[in-house]
Amino acid sequence: MIALRARTVSSVILIAAMSGCSAGYVEIPLETPIQPKIDVRPFSRVFVAGFIAAGSDEVDGNLETVRLLRSQLRNKGGALRVIDADALSLPGLAGGEAEPAGSGAAGNPPPQPAGDSAVSDDAQFAAVEKIFADTEYWKKVGDELQQPLIVTGTVLFRPQQRSGFVQRERETFDSLGRRSVEPERTYMERKGFILRPTFVFIDGRTGETLHTETFREEILYNATQTTPPLSSFFELMDRLLPSFLNTLTAQKVRGSRTLLK
Amino acid sequence: MFLRTMNIVLVLAALLSALVAAPAYADARGDARKQVEFGIAVAQKGLWREAIYRWQRATELDPTFAQAFNNLAIAHEHEGELDKALVAYEKALKIEPLNPFIKQNFDLFKEINDRIARKDGK
Repeated sequence: MIALRARTVSSVILIAAMSGCSAGYVEIPLETPIQPKIDVRPFSRVFVAGFIAAGSDEVDGNLETVRLLRSQLRNKGGALRVIDADALSLPGLAGGEAEPAGSGAAGNPPPQPAGDSAVSDDAQFAAVEKIFADTEYWKKVGDELQQPLIVTGTVLFRPQQRSGFVQRERETFDSLGRRSVEPERTYMERKGFILRPTFVFIDGRTGETLHTETFREEILYNATQTTPPLSSFFELMDRLLPSFLNTLTAQKVRGSRTLLK
Repeated sequence: MFLRTMNIVLVLAALLSALVAAPAYADARGDARKQVEFGIAVAQKGLWREAIYRWQRATELDPTFAQAFNNLAIAHEHEGELDKALVAYEKALKIEPLNPFIKQNFDLFKEINDRIARKDGK
């Protein structure tokens, strides 16, 4: 009798403890806000000025980046109004053929950098990057466009080829038809692209650089697969756009956490 | 004889103080627990500033209450106060380093925090 009672009591204690444990936490959805890195409150407009592009003749890194960033900023750029002026021809500027500031905005677009005028190697970026420190020039651009926030920089989009051992999963079936998956190392020829943009944010009132950010993304495909370079360009850009936008606007990272009692 | 009596008195005093301290600790934990539960209720309604106040209060009432620090960290995360969240998570983990819930919350937080730190070049 005593043993039975003791067992009942211990069961009750166990159940109570278990129910206590299960009710001891609450899962809650959470949105973590990430503050923008630049205070854009002094600006009402943003001008995506153009980029020094290099690496591939198949994709115009300057024009495609300008187009993409403008459309993203229009949709997700918060209160900033996007200026629809023509992109500047930056490699020409670096070579000393600077277009007058804002001439593109005045409806007289400067010649766009084609494959031959684009910088061919990322090592050459160093030579032309000094243009971003030319405060006089950027102030002039800013003055002609009512002192917006200016976005410029460099874009390297280059094909790459790589070969080596890759781990894959191989599906096998035994004599009874049972499926099993085993890891397998195989030698593969792969090709793809590297995207390495550097975004430079310039204060259109002073011409000074506010912030600079470099990203690097790459993608590799099976050598037999044919993927248009432009589609790879957008795929890679898509990966870094949230980070680009977070420079100017607050973003939220969605997730969940466990509150404890 | 006098020494023996003194020893007994000292032992009794120690026992008495332990008996007094135990309910005091239990009271502190009980009060802190009430604050934590109220904080959870208001957080579920989206009142995160109030939740922060409650969980802050709970950590003051009982500085060994890891759950309160964990919740406080989550609330700071929600408010975008990542530096404060990091401090609270670290305190929670110092008290209960093996708590799987706190560890998981911290890992998820760290992923975001590290990404921001990398971008800031910290």
